[in-house]
Amino acid sequence: MIAVNVEEKLFQNRYKVDHGRPHIQIKDADVCKNDCEAQSCTYVCPASCYKAEGNRAVTLITDGCLECGSCRVICTEHTNVAWEYPRGGHGILFKFG
Amino acid sequence: MAEKFDAIVVGAGPSGNTAAYTLAKAGLKVLQIERGEYPGSKNVQGAILYADALEKVIPDFRDDAPLERHVIEQRIWVLDDNSFVGTHYRSDDYNKPPYNRYTIIRAQFDKWFSSKVREAGALLICETTVEELLMDGDRCIGVRCDRKGGEVHADVVILADGVNSTLARKAGFHGELKAGNVALAVKEILFMPEEVIQQRFNINEEEGVVIEMMGTLTEGMVGTGFLYTNKDSLTIGVGCMLSDFKANPLKTTPYALLEKLKKHPSIAPLIEGGEMKEYCAHLIPEGGFHAVPKVYGEGWMIVGDSGGFVNAAHREGSNLAMTTGRLAAETVIAAKAAGKPMTARTLKAYKDSLDDSFVMKDLHKYRELPQVLHDSPHFFTTYPTLVSRAAKTFFTVDGVDKKTKQREILGSFRSARRWRGLVGDAFKLWRAFR
Ligand SMILES: Cc1cc2nc3c(=O)[nH]c(=O)nc-3n(C[C@H](O)[C@H](O)[C@H](O)COP(=O)(O)OP(=O)(O)OC[C@H]3O[C@@H](n4cnc5c(N)ncnc54)[C@H](O)[C@@H]3O)c2cc1C
Ligand code: SF4
Repeated sequence: MIAVNVEEKLFQNRYKVDHGRPHIQIKDADVCKNDCEAQSCTYVCPASCYKAEGNRAVTLITDGCLECGSCRVICTEHTNVAWEYPRGGHGILFKFG
Repeated sequence: MAEKFDAIVVGAGPSGNTAAYTLAKAGLKVLQIERGEYPGSKNVQGAILYADALEKVIPDFRDDAPLERHVIEQRIWVLDDNSFVGTHYRSDDYNKPPYNRYTIIRAQFDKWFSSKVREAGALLICETTVEELLMDGDRCIGVRCDRKGGEVHADVVILADGVNSTLARKAGFHGELKAGNVALAVKEILFMPEEVIQQRFNINEEEGVVIEMMGTLTEGMVGTGFLYTNKDSLTIGVGCMLSDFKANPLKTTPYALLEKLKKHPSIAPLIEGGEMKEYCAHLIPEGGFHAVPKVYGEGWMIVGDSGGFVNAAHREGSNLAMTTGRLAAETVIAAKAAGKPMTARTLKAYKDSLDDSFVMKDLHKYRELPQVLHDSPHFFTTYPTLVSRAAKTFFTVDGVDKKTKQREILGSFRSARRWRGLVGDAFKLWRAFR
């Protein structure tokens, strides 16, 4: 598979980040670490917001989020994703869509 | 906001805009709430606009709607790793006004549509996220937004909030989406001069081509790729069932899949030199007939993607969104005229008119398709390879006689997938499309 730099793609997008108020949160970090074998959010998220750390921890940075909802929908076994839309006017601002 | 409205519409996509437009036009007092900076700033589509659904509400939309190109040619390509076998359908009939379908850019189109809604008299508030529905028992009486004093009341709330509908879930109208019922699509917009597009796709000014692709590019996942011509840009994207992304043993990311598509030897020359200006992702509710939830109740209705109204087989969504938005609005208008309260009993008329329309008829027709595709991954692995190998064997001139070649092709199909599997797949597909 080709190596792709998703940050380069996201760089083209326009965002209004709601600093200090992430709209998505991992409910319980221990669940990702101890109970989730697949950690599919780390490769399914189209903005690569979820990262698998070396120690089996999963970290989330929502700045590049495209608000698709996939991470919430795939986390069915553990429902460990608290997912809301950003505050009005914030988040991704598509110029073309 | 102590005011009370006849109707609140959540969302300014095609379904919400059609509903709000129709209601306002009939003189109802309508509030529309959109979380984006402007209508369209949160929305993603391929995008093909089917004229018919819009024409039913705004007959003269062609006069000033931002349309890119009218589609005169549709290509369907089956790709393996380095070739394609395809059909092209081009007809001059598609080149005569009134045109049947157009490519559009959603951020621009939604903004335009919204301007019509406001002209019709609806009040639009942007940059405002509805956080939850206000309920009085099982009756919806309004919404609460993320603004100070953001409680607003209305006789009926129309949920046009798209595929993720956080509101319907929180209110308990239906459960969480299933990963097997939604596709995750990613796409990019690539800018290039108009003349280059016209030359490459063999079209004139304002004429457009769309290419739908399936094949090994999705690595056995149920999904398709697409490439559409806009005025001075191309849209390229790929979408697969979310459950398949999750289960893919290669753990392929959506953006890697898109990159692979862009590098395909049959695609790369078409997009070469295009300047990438945006990268988007969005879910598409593709569960079809069996995945449509209850779409009305005490003081509430659901329209568009929020209700799963997408015909995946024909890649139609925005037209179903507009049609459901219109039918919901017409139900409210009729109830209001008759002096009826917005109860589930009254609003059931919406479901009846849906059942009567092409929306539910089409979804019903294809009700088994999602399952068939899910059960036969060969449509996305074995068959594309076989088809292209067959074409290659057939078209390569190498001194081997044609009869031997034909036998070879048949043999390759038979050994790759035993007869029973082949015939079974074909039969199931035919039944699902029938
Ligand atoms: C990649 C892709 C390609 C597609 N291609 C085609 C195509 O070629 N042709 C076609 O007809 N269809 C296509 N579709 C489907 C089509 O885009 C959808 O069916 C259509 O957009 C649905 O319209 P909608 O109004 O129901 O929802 P949306 O367009 O999603 O609009 C929902 C709106 O509600 C707003 N909203 C959501 N929650 C809240 C809240 N809590 N508060 C305030 N506002 C809120 C959102 O910001 C958004 O503006 C495609 C979809 C995708 C993803
Ligand atoms: S909503 Fe989509 S883009 Fe945002 S974090 Fe979840 S999967 Fe990634």
